[in-house]
Amino acid sequence: MTIGLAMFAALVLVVLLGPLLAPYSPSKTSPDSLAGPSAAHWLGTDSIGRDVLSRLIVGGRGTLLITFVAVALALAVGLVLGLVSGYVGGRVDVVIMRVLDVVFAFPVFLLAIAVVAALGPTLRNLILTIAIVYTPTLARVVRGPVLSVKRWDHVEAARSVGVGEFAIALRHVLPMVISPILVQTSLTLANTIFTVTALSFLGLGPPPPDPNWGSMLADARQFMELAPLTVIGPAAAIVFASLTFIVLANGLREMLDVQGR
Amino acid sequence: MTGALLEVRDLTATFNRDGVPSQVVNGISFDIAPGEAVGFVGESGCGKSVTARSIMRLAPEGSSVEWSGRILFRGQDLLALDEHAMRDVRGRRIAMVFQDPMASLNPVMTIGAQLDDMLCRHTGLSRRAARRRAVELLDLVGIRDPAHRADDYPHQFSGGMRQRVLIAIAVSCQPDLLIADEPTTALDVTVQAQILRLLMRLRRELGMALMLITHDFGVIAGMVARVYVMHGGDIVESGAVDALFAAPRHAYTRALLDAVPRIETAGRRA
Repeated sequence: MTIGLAMFAALVLVVLLGPLLAPYSPSKTSPDSLAGPSAAHWLGTDSIGRDVLSRLIVGGRGTLLITFVAVALALAVGLVLGLVSGYVGGRVDVVIMRVLDVVFAFPVFLLAIAVVAALGPTLRNLILTIAIVYTPTLARVVRGPVLSVKRWDHVEAARSVGVGEFAIALRHVLPMVISPILVQTSLTLANTIFTVTALSFLGLGPPPPDPNWGSMLADARQFMELAPLTVIGPAAAIVFASLTFIVLANGLREMLDVQGR
Repeated sequence: MTGALLEVRDLTATFNRDGVPSQVVNGISFDIAPGEAVGFVGESGCGKSVTARSIMRLAPEGSSVEWSGRILFRGQDLLALDEHAMRDVRGRRIAMVFQDPMASLNPVMTIGAQLDDMLCRHTGLSRRAARRRAVELLDLVGIRDPAHRADDYPHQFSGGMRQRVLIAIAVSCQPDLLIADEPTTALDVTVQAQILRLLMRLRRELGMALMLITHDFGVIAGMVARVYVMHGGDIVESGAVDALFAAPRHAYTRALLDAVPRIETAGRRA
């Protein structure tokens, strides 16, 4: 858990401070292209002489912001849909879950590519797409435990003293299902990092010249043998970021598991 | 009977599972006078809990119940109220204590917060005044050091203490009728006696009527004046508890009385 939190703190720091940390402007070119590591450029430069480290830092900011916003959106919608679906039950449940099933049935990338290709590769579309893709998973993770928690005695006890259904759902059911939601959110963040960078790699991410781990990888691919750091840099960053969330999810799960009723 | 707090007439409760109706309460009638303690005895599945929940208009989660008949509470038919009006009755006029104190409290809220919620909802007290009242209530039900314990979570309480907390929540708005559905079944025998004494004391002090539901004649004795015996969704026998013990008229009542372990019967007669 400590490791996960430390890694997470490092990521958040990069997102918040991004441009301040970067030694150069990410779009500033220099004649010294595809240079190896040096004191001036710790990770060398890319094909048009831009500083790789600066682009990694600023690009990470973009990638992570998209990830956070998209997952936050998916979580907000998934939470509401899952809670309503599980708690209200009946026809409402059937309708919501079948609609989500349809979304769920598409492979993540196919759906993402289709939406981005249809609506255009803007930042907003990318975020919306990823939010749509991950909403069903989160909604299901909320709905499952809600289905069982709503039958617990304390829910009936709350009802027996005149608590309204809305208050019961929010105060007596939702808090019981927080731990699986936290873990799943963390895992979704890890997956989303991959999805965002993969879409950018395919050219469906935010348009250039904004740096971005996925597009950096795509640009650097052809010069891999000349300047391996231009590939290793963003690749390592992607792995680090998703590893962070996986470690975090694991830590959360262990921490929340021991919590007694 | 005029002046009754609760008059139930021809109450039926029918569960409807996947279109198949099954009637579990078959048109029963009974009365509870203000401040009176009445017992309901019967084996599990005889409909006594469903009867109790019918008065609160509560259905088990995931099932739907159809009621017919009348449940007159102070002359007002509860079955005719809309859900919103019913919510004001629950907790404020009629409250309920459940069987399993381990599961009936919200595990992630402090008991003080659960009491505060209840008080704010029904009495319009401010948060601060509600907390003062909550501490008083915990004291009333015999929680030691109530000011500190109010900030504890349910898992920090023993079963008996949790049942006391649930009773505190139930009586917090001074209801006219307290329904106790097998309040001691999940507890140790020694704790059972304490909880029953507590219920009796609160009934006297707060002047509320008590509907005590149990499968155990040992619990009924000494607690209530009148008793209804339920079997298979019907009330098969009713009357003063002493007369019923002395001369049970219905074969089922005799069978229930015989089911009480002997040593307990001997102890009561001594």
